[in-house]
Amino acid sequence: MMSFKNTFDTYDWDTLEKEIYSYTAKDVRVILDKEKIDINDFKALISPAAQDFLEEMAQRSHTLTKKRFGNTIQMYIPMYLSNECQNICTYCGFSMTHKIPRKTLSDKEILKEVAFLKSRGYDHILLVTGEANKTVGVSYIKHAIELIREHFSNISIEVQPLDQDEYEQLIDAGLYAVLVYQETYHKATYKIHHPKGKKSNFHYRLDTPDRLGKAGIHKIGIGALFGLEDWRVDSFYTALHLKYLQKTYWKTKYSISFPRLRPHQGEVQPKVEMTDADLVQLICAYRLLDEDVELSMSTRESERFRNNIIKLGITSISAQSKTNPGGYVVDPQSLEQFEISDERDTEEIKLMIESQGYQAVWKDWDINHA
Amino acid sequence: MNDILKIADKEFSSRLFTGTGKFSANNLMSQALIASESELITVALKRVDVANKEDTMLQSIMRPHVNILPNTSGVRNAKEAIFAAQLAREALETNWIKLEIHPDPKYLLPDPIETLIAAEELVKLGFVVMPYIHADPVLCKRLEDVGVPCVMPLGAPIGTNKGIKTVDFLEIIIAQSNVPVIVDAGIGSPSHAAFAMELGADAVLVNTAIAVSKNPVEMAVAFKMAVQAGRMAFKAKLAPVKTHAEASSPLTSFLN
Repeated sequence: MMSFKNTFDTYDWDTLEKEIYSYTAKDVRVILDKEKIDINDFKALISPAAQDFLEEMAQRSHTLTKKRFGNTIQMYIPMYLSNECQNICTYCGFSMTHKIPRKTLSDKEILKEVAFLKSRGYDHILLVTGEANKTVGVSYIKHAIELIREHFSNISIEVQPLDQDEYEQLIDAGLYAVLVYQETYHKATYKIHHPKGKKSNFHYRLDTPDRLGKAGIHKIGIGALFGLEDWRVDSFYTALHLKYLQKTYWKTKYSISFPRLRPHQGEVQPKVEMTDADLVQLICAYRLLDEDVELSMSTRESERFRNNIIKLGITSISAQSKTNPGGYVVDPQSLEQFEISDERDTEEIKLMIESQGYQAVWKDWDINHA
Repeated sequence: MNDILKIADKEFSSRLFTGTGKFSANNLMSQALIASESELITVALKRVDVANKEDTMLQSIMRPHVNILPNTSGVRNAKEAIFAAQLAREALETNWIKLEIHPDPKYLLPDPIETLIAAEELVKLGFVVMPYIHADPVLCKRLEDVGVPCVMPLGAPIGTNKGIKTVDFLEIIIAQSNVPVIVDAGIGSPSHAAFAMELGADAVLVNTAIAVSKNPVEMAVAFKMAVQAGRMAFKAKLAPVKTHAEASSPLTSFLN
């Protein structure tokens, strides 16, 4: 079966790393003068040498984003349904090794959380779970979508990877998008951080977007978890993945997320630090590579950073997020997956967006249309 | 100037149609649309909260003499488009629909096959169908055959502001069309709009170029004026463009 694995296997991590670190300012200048940036040019734009061109890249990213997305920022909110998990992920607060109370929301609890989120104006929701296939399998997720679909115009999930036929069931129930991050494209490092559970299968995860594309999903979100490995190489693989998917599943939309490791219950500290300047460089590089890809920013990032990123190329953000099941009203004290950084409420974020000349958009889809 | 554009049962004195995406705020959008004097304004159904009669976006557009044109942006095939059109008719109380079927979310290029299928069905269901299509003269005739009251070929890929890149095909479409031709997508500046009108387009639809401008209100006025100028020039008949200069000292007069 053709999948991203065929493309992935033609690249070698160490060779790419050497190449990315070998670019000079002169190389970057030549590439920035090109009209179209391709995947090879992207390597230079995420290289250390491109740091000197950050302002120029930011200006260009701003203009391109405005042309395609206008003066708008899409709002979304995550809702954690469960923290049950049979995986060990060294960096995650929900890892099965942690002796924390486990909770999966009941229908009544889900609707309580929904009522709160609706009162804040949200219409695009992201449902999040750990990986516990017996209790929080495809039938639970499908039921949750059916339960909330009359309340939201757009429903996305960030859950365990599923099979194609399972995704088809969820799409029929009203699912719009699936976010599935590879965490790292470095096979050996992936193995270290995911030693046990279904998630330890690197290739099953790698080919998840292919299964989603074949199932006919509307949108796929991909990304790497920054801190596990060198962010530059992981980002090149993510961009490669994006370009492969766009060509293969051309009816699907794509989004990229930029999670940086945050403090949590686990002990793993970032192996490679990613600075604010690095993250800005990466966001701009993605925009220069692709005018149309959605770029998403969560509340993992600080107030100051999020205020300044609105104009740089980001197209959707969350606000006031809770990363624990029932975190909004049902059980606010339960343990979070990770600590968020920007704790401002939704109204404050909306005003922040408006003060920069952008409109916070709440609804840009209709679950009943498709 | 009595120069009315008629589409189906409606008459328009403005030949500038506008869109509602990408504005930084609803009140600014409202001001720009008023300044444009546009009488037909398209709205993506997916952006509207149809259950909520107080939807702020709709409230910012609704005015006397302004017709709302719901569009099916976001649908991927004829079946979804027909369903969306029916929802729009019910929610917005209009049988007008801008048919946009782009299965490709990257370039938002219209699917000609699904568009023709949907147009035929929607016309039968009593809709006034305004199809967004490639500048394909044959497709335009096929759509005319199934009963659309106008065609909306693109000038360039949507949102690119590149201008009238499909000029050779638009000229054919305009020359042979029995229904109004509205150039939609790609118009990035007033001069592009004027050029389309000079070619003989019956109207243009502009969104990004107004919404994303530093001053959307002034840009809306500039487009209004450009569309009027282009239309006036078309009606006044432009002097023909000549490939060769006419020599003042003929070389063959000795033959007379």
